[in-house]
Amino acid sequence: MAAASTLKNMALCLSAVCLICSAVVGAAYVVTANPIAEAAQAKTTASIAAVLPAFEGTPEQGNIQVDGVDYTYYKADDAGYAIISTTSGFGGALTLMVGINDDGEIHNTTVLSHSETPGLGAKCTTDEHFMAQFRGFDPDEKSLLVKKDGGDLDAITASTITSRAYAKAVANAVAVYQKLKEGGDDDE
Amino acid sequence: MSKWHFVTDGFVKNNPTFVLVLGMCPTLATTTSALNGLEMGLATMFVLILSNIVISLIAPMVPDKVRIPVYITVIATFVTVLQLLMQAFTPAAYETLGLFIPLIVVNCIVLGRAEGFANKHKVGESALDGIGVGLGFTISLTVIGIVREILGSGSVFGWKFIPGDGILAFVMAPGAFLVMGYLMVLFNKYLAKK
Repeated sequence: MAAASTLKNMALCLSAVCLICSAVVGAAYVVTANPIAEAAQAKTTASIAAVLPAFEGTPEQGNIQVDGVDYTYYKADDAGYAIISTTSGFGGALTLMVGINDDGEIHNTTVLSHSETPGLGAKCTTDEHFMAQFRGFDPDEKSLLVKKDGGDLDAITASTITSRAYAKAVANAVAVYQKLKEGGDDDE
Repeated sequence: MSKWHFVTDGFVKNNPTFVLVLGMCPTLATTTSALNGLEMGLATMFVLILSNIVISLIAPMVPDKVRIPVYITVIATFVTVLQLLMQAFTPAAYETLGLFIPLIVVNCIVLGRAEGFANKHKVGESALDGIGVGLGFTISLTVIGIVREILGSGSVFGWKFIPGDGILAFVMAPGAFLVMGYLMVLFNKYLAKK
């Protein structure tokens, strides 16, 4: 039968349980810390490889501030920059990885995380026609706005807000790239 | 008497989703596709089996008044371990289920089985009960997921057999309630006949 509910018993029991549980969680953390870091690293590497032309070596990570917003970017030698850019979509933050090659053209884009409506805005991760528009896009010649706003991009059907957010994220990445290029010339 | 009824009770007579109607939050929110439902069910089953086993072992030593805090601590420990394991080894599943993994801590099914079964039964029986209820939850979630995926996306487990978009409402919350309701009617009609 259950132990009597005296103050001593309760305190002892709770402390013992908490102690053992913390030990278990701690052990699990130690065991999984490396695999978790590796999984996150693998995901970043895969995204960089997806948005940039083939490159050698490990991309170099850096941070830059443009218009008061911090951006993380990866510089791959002879390939270009992969820039992480976040805007606000229909359902919340929309985070993209945008690859821009050394000619200033967008090589490819990929969605890192989003919370858009399934079946509508969430198509920004699967709609081939929409995503293909960004490949080889030259921001000097065309405008990164949806057609409704007078630009050159077809929006995803019934998801103009998501499409706008996507275009804005890419445009921000282009701005980051231009700043990086200016800064980069000074360094060399 | 055979102990198998501890397992079968869990997914027919005490089916957590269609009979007890417990754990509705993850049920409605994560069953947008068959795979998501299956993963959520398995994650819950993992916690359920382990917490049932541990709680049935420690129950005799726990003073009555601190019963609930002790059970919740045990459950939260297993959920945290599960969360770390998923992050490490199945990052894709972790990303889709996201917030709903930590929410297993407050899933009524898990605490309900601890309080209503594990602390009155032996270890073996509690483990079997965990397997039974866990399977019941997993199968229910997968079935809801399959129906919603067929109607909403025209596919099953990602395998697309109806081209086009499907009925959007079934991927979103209203469809979850509709599918849940109709399946509950069918399940209980079948039980009433027996």
